[in-house]
Amino acid sequence: MSDKIFKSFLLVSALMLLLIFAGIFFSLSKGAIPAFREFGFFGFIFSGEWNSRTGAEEYGALAFISGTLLTSVLALVFCLPFSLPVSFFVGEYYRGKKIAAVLGGIVDLLAGIPSIVYGLWGFYALRPLIQSLGLSEQGFGMLTSSLVLAIMIIPYASSLSAEFIRMVPQELKEGAYSLGATRAEVIRNIILPGSFSGIFSAYILALGRAIGETMAVTMLIGNTNRIPHGLMDTGNTMASIIANQFGEADGLKLSSLIAIGLLLFLITAIVNFLGRLMIKRYSI
Amino acid sequence: MAVSSLLLISCDQKTSLSGAGATFPLPYYNMVFKTFSENAGIDVSYGGIGSGGGIRSLRDEVVDFAGSDAYLSDREMSEMNATIHVPTCLGAVVLSYNLPGISSLNLTGDIIAGIYLGSISRWNDPAIKTINPGLELPDRAITPVYRSDGSGTTYVFSDYMTKVSADWEKSLGTGKSLNFAQGIAAKGNPGVAGTISQTEGAIGYIGSEYAFALNSPIAYLQNAAGEFVLPSSLSISAAAQEEIADDTRSMITNSRVKGSYPISCFTWIIVYKDQAYANRSEAQARATLSLLNFMLSPTAQAQTTTVHYAPLSDEVIAKAKKALSEINYMGKPL
Repeated sequence: MSDKIFKSFLLVSALMLLLIFAGIFFSLSKGAIPAFREFGFFGFIFSGEWNSRTGAEEYGALAFISGTLLTSVLALVFCLPFSLPVSFFVGEYYRGKKIAAVLGGIVDLLAGIPSIVYGLWGFYALRPLIQSLGLSEQGFGMLTSSLVLAIMIIPYASSLSAEFIRMVPQELKEGAYSLGATRAEVIRNIILPGSFSGIFSAYILALGRAIGETMAVTMLIGNTNRIPHGLMDTGNTMASIIANQFGEADGLKLSSLIAIGLLLFLITAIVNFLGRLMIKRYSI
Repeated sequence: MAVSSLLLISCDQKTSLSGAGATFPLPYYNMVFKTFSENAGIDVSYGGIGSGGGIRSLRDEVVDFAGSDAYLSDREMSEMNATIHVPTCLGAVVLSYNLPGISSLNLTGDIIAGIYLGSISRWNDPAIKTINPGLELPDRAITPVYRSDGSGTTYVFSDYMTKVSADWEKSLGTGKSLNFAQGIAAKGNPGVAGTISQTEGAIGYIGSEYAFALNSPIAYLQNAAGEFVLPSSLSISAAAQEEIADDTRSMITNSRVKGSYPISCFTWIIVYKDQAYANRSEAQARATLSLLNFMLSPTAQAQTTTVHYAPLSDEVIAKAKKALSEINYMGKPL
């Protein structure tokens, strides 16, 4: 009897999540319809205009889609040289040692810092550094926000990767050692192939986090509604434009913001889907 | 029975008002609403969510009043139940800049337009040099800063710019959020103020109190009479000597009055004429009215200058009081 109750409880909970997912999708789609009707679905996606002047209203998502993709992919690239070594350090080289536990703990702590704090740090510490290096006159832009994003996503990428590295069977590694393999060879030929799909999924998760990040990016990207043409250019992201303009938006503009929300939802879904596809393909 | 009547009384005493809207008058409202609470025993909470957000909240009937720096257009008014605009104080939008060593700078509307449109991009531009004789201007890029969110401050600023610059009118126009092509954007008055103070060579427009609070330098601006003026309670009041509409829906930017600061403005509280909506009690309606009456009282008006706003003229107060007389509860005057 109790088993039955438990089972139906599980079912209800699982269905509830599905329902919430469908509800979010439905209400976003419903709110976005006026914008898509006005500009066309692809017209909206591929237009870089964002003009709220009465009478000449024109909205498009391209500037924000490009800003989001550029910052998050850059963040992923910047985080790689830090997060991958950390995961090997914690998961293999110093595995079980005190120093690995301390380092792992501190890296995990990075995930717990609220994003507004990263934004503040970027604004007051990183931005002046970029200015003083002469990279940019005012220090805002793609590079600054990508760097802060990279630091924010390191824990997501590294601690999950370390977990998968740890899970590679000890017997395989010992087998390789007994055949005279060096540590580097073990990593390259045993651990990396064995944990690749896991590491990959960790980076997909980190990418998803970077795509959705709002507050820290808003403070650093410059919030200009234009398509960025370089690392030093200012721009805007999808999450950031919604946060910035939602309060005053009305009518077609509100609908366009909701449409951007829907696209963000879809992009995250596509990234996750591609991630899963890759994992399936490369897992052994 | 006794307990329930006690509960009723305590509920009744706890009339509280909630409003939302413009951040521009927030420093003044914070102060004056507190004085009102202490005197009248009615709590007032005000959320600085922006003028447009405030108006939307009023339209959704979730607040007692909305604060806005831009008055409702005729079209907006026709889409809602009858409302009245009650001016609460005068304020100024100032041009604040960050140039180390320079504490006094003259600007004109044309130069500001040039900066925001990109034709003037360095501080030692001849146009700036000409009106600032003797000033050692650095060879530094100008970073114009503007609002990333829709804003009444942007509306007031662009209303002035449209009046003084044909180029501005053609490419940007007047609105709560504009399609700026130069510079960087930050959220809210505090965001713009912070960005200016942290970026050498930056210039931006903000509500005057935000510049005073941060001790950020403010530019002298040339008015329609040709004088270079700083915003002060006096120069803002001078701007309001223009002709004001009977419902007080007037912009007073680019005033021709001598000694006036050119980007001065009213800020309004907007309420419904018929206070009976969304299950509001008559006590709630009366509390709203007494708050508005208090805002027009000498006590409240005297507080405006302590935070660098300016008091309303007697003429405007008379017009506002006339508007207040139209407030009713289900057709019954209060």
